[in-house]
Amino acid sequence: MYRYDEYDQQIVNERVMQYRDQVRRRLSGELSEEEFLPLRLQNGLYMQIHAYMLRIAVPYGLISSKQMRMFAHIARKYDRGYGHFTTRQNIQFNWLKLEDTPDILADLASVEMHAIQTSGNCVRNITSDEFAGVAQDEVVDPRPYAEILRQWSTFHPEFAYLPRKFKIAISGGKEDRAAIYAHDIGLAVTKNAQGEIGFRVLVGGGLGRTPIIGSEICEFVPWQHILTYVESILRVYNEYGRRDNKFKARIKILVKALGIDEFKRRVEADWADLKDGPGTLTIEEVDRVASFFSDPFYETLPDHDSKLNEFKADSRSFSNWLSRNVRPHRIPGYAIVVLSLKKPGNAPGDATAEQMEAVADLADRYSFGELRITHKQNLVLADVRQKDLIRLWQEAAEHELTTPNIGMLTDIISCPGAEFCTLANARSIPLAKVIAECFEDLDYQHDIGEITLNISGCVNACGQHHIGNIGITGVEKKDHDEWYQVSIGGSEGNDSSISKIIGPSFTFNQVPEVIERLIHVYLRERMETERFIETVRRIGHAPFKEHVYATDFMAQEEKVADKHIVEPAQYEVPYYSPRF
Amino acid sequence: MIIKNKTIVADDWTVLRLQEHDTAEDIIVSVGKVIVPLKVWRAQHETLQQRKDIGVWLTSDERAEDLKDDVQKFSVIAIDFPKFSDGRGYSIAYNLRARLGYKGELRAIGDVLRDQLFYMHRVGFDAFAPRPDRKIEDALKGLSDFSEVYQTSFNPILPLFRRTQRKGNSTVGTLND
Ligand code: HEM
Ligand code: SF4
Repeated sequence: MYRYDEYDQQIVNERVMQYRDQVRRRLSGELSEEEFLPLRLQNGLYMQIHAYMLRIAVPYGLISSKQMRMFAHIARKYDRGYGHFTTRQNIQFNWLKLEDTPDILADLASVEMHAIQTSGNCVRNITSDEFAGVAQDEVVDPRPYAEILRQWSTFHPEFAYLPRKFKIAISGGKEDRAAIYAHDIGLAVTKNAQGEIGFRVLVGGGLGRTPIIGSEICEFVPWQHILTYVESILRVYNEYGRRDNKFKARIKILVKALGIDEFKRRVEADWADLKDGPGTLTIEEVDRVASFFSDPFYETLPDHDSKLNEFKADSRSFSNWLSRNVRPHRIPGYAIVVLSLKKPGNAPGDATAEQMEAVADLADRYSFGELRITHKQNLVLADVRQKDLIRLWQEAAEHELTTPNIGMLTDIISCPGAEFCTLANARSIPLAKVIAECFEDLDYQHDIGEITLNISGCVNACGQHHIGNIGITGVEKKDHDEWYQVSIGGSEGNDSSISKIIGPSFTFNQVPEVIERLIHVYLRERMETERFIETVRRIGHAPFKEHVYATDFMAQEEKVADKHIVEPAQYEVPYYSPRF
Repeated sequence: MIIKNKTIVADDWTVLRLQEHDTAEDIIVSVGKVIVPLKVWRAQHETLQQRKDIGVWLTSDERAEDLKDDVQKFSVIAIDFPKFSDGRGYSIAYNLRARLGYKGELRAIGDVLRDQLFYMHRVGFDAFAPRPDRKIEDALKGLSDFSEVYQTSFNPILPLFRRTQRKGNSTVGTLND
């Protein structure tokens, strides 16, 4: 993975000093809260319901075991013993004191990490494919370009006060695993017919209040020009993006208003001036950065381990895990392992300090000391020898990291919701918990097959509910209850689509039953190996809607929800317990 | 007092701001060094261009190219930041310097705060009128927050990878060493 040289380290160290002084000025009253706000936000520090929350950057989700151990240390020393991995491949700590945050940054800097631009109206942390470098379908490894973009965007002087936040995702596989259609800029690094490397560039995607799938602005930007091309997109956005209305300030609104052709015309007019200028990438620089991502010392191994097959036959749970959580690797004899942070009963994406240390140890022993954080809030060990899988599984199981549910119904993506977030309309985590517990039965989940369920506590879509096959959004608190909208038909990847709401909203306790009914329609209607999303696309929303709203299900017998009645939230004192 | 070329200096320019009842056509531009709004410059072009002591300032929704024909006539151009969070001025500055080749003083006025100065300097500002309720000595410190930068902008024009020889992976271990 990338390693800081003296330049990177100096920039991060100077940031710590700058930030320490900003906090000092805030604490002494020299800075008003209003003035401090944008400074702390560009450093990932939010004021949440209970305390300060710090979002730490994990560039393109790649992290070393040493860095993971630092998270465990931060969780113990400054927080309540756990952290939350997010859909933006970052980690958040929820219970911090402002006075401690400069020390936390200093601790992070000691392991080549920071919280730069994890929030604020600037270019945010670059996200990427969690299987980068190891996926079988990879065309070009996106990681060197992700790192080059990270450096380019870090403290970019012109784009630190954009109209709104700005998110860039990059993927390099045939299959998009970085949700590039749902980002302000989505980049697919690829090769043209001549074998030259370049980027397919999408622009104006995004979720939130106005969900939009990104449009292609250029089919192929040669690698040399990617930084200048992105610079021109940002300049046009900075100049013309709306600033009068926060809800209309994202680049997607500008692209829609101008139309992609006019937007492209303006970008390319700006770019004509920059093309071949000093921002043009050199092969030396790409090679230099790429040298950090060259293959580890893979052994020559057979691609089939007979021991594995024997054990599989003996152990149903191992076999489940193997088929759900382990993915093929491009090197024979190796495998990609997804460690689930979705054990029903836990908050999606939460990990305790002990778990962080455990995964760091596993990474050291089984995966060259590296880990990845997925935008689905799980962890990945990317380079595991197949012959180590049994031991790894046994050891990871001790830390509750082997729930065999990746890509299945209980692999729920969820934002923090009303327990933490000041913007929430409703709770997300307890709802995720209740749904996961309702569908815990593995055979049933296996029968349902591949499906994504995403929960956001409000329209902002931090849980990316628009691109879940089933999406749940908190819409309001009313009558001592919380109300949620349910939508279906969303997806990410190459066939990205935005889900549509099925009808009037439901209370907290009704939602699991609604999910049950949606699943029921799917099981009734599906053809052969059709996935949930494919059935929705084929038969449309009507049959689902009909079944969900047909009868007053709260009066029916055998309700899933009945088994899990949860008290309505008490808003005066926010409901919270660290692990439920 | 303003900050110019990284030092605190006395300022002999005044910035003309229109009040609600003023119009660009009728406002009387006083004698002496005055930085007038672009609107006034346009409305009173005939008379103002006779004078050597006129600067111009742009609001954040005006554009560098609005000055395309006139840019070399000024020794001072200012860009207003109505709120520090309005970042359009950065692109205006960049375009004035990099695209229109403006060489004179480029001054940031309005909601100019210490923590913005470093960025402003990089896109081409060389003069700053920090918010009057702040200590100008403190603001000056903001210019030296960082000693190294990655990307191209106006200042420096060369990105780090063209200015230095950075080392690749052959010379370093892994983070877990
Ligand atoms: C501190 C708590 C948080 C706050 C106040 C917050 C705020 C917001 C807001 C206001 C938006 C809408 C932006 C817009 O449409 O312009 C948004 C979008 C988003 N946030 Fe958060 N968020 C928080 C935590 C999170 C977390 C924990 C995650 C990941 C689990 C996350 C991931 C996202 C994503 C993926 C989007 C949608 C991106 C898009 O619209 O393109 N946020 N957030
Ligand atoms: S979706 Fe809403 S409730 Fe959830 S984290 Fe984002 S802003 Fe908060």
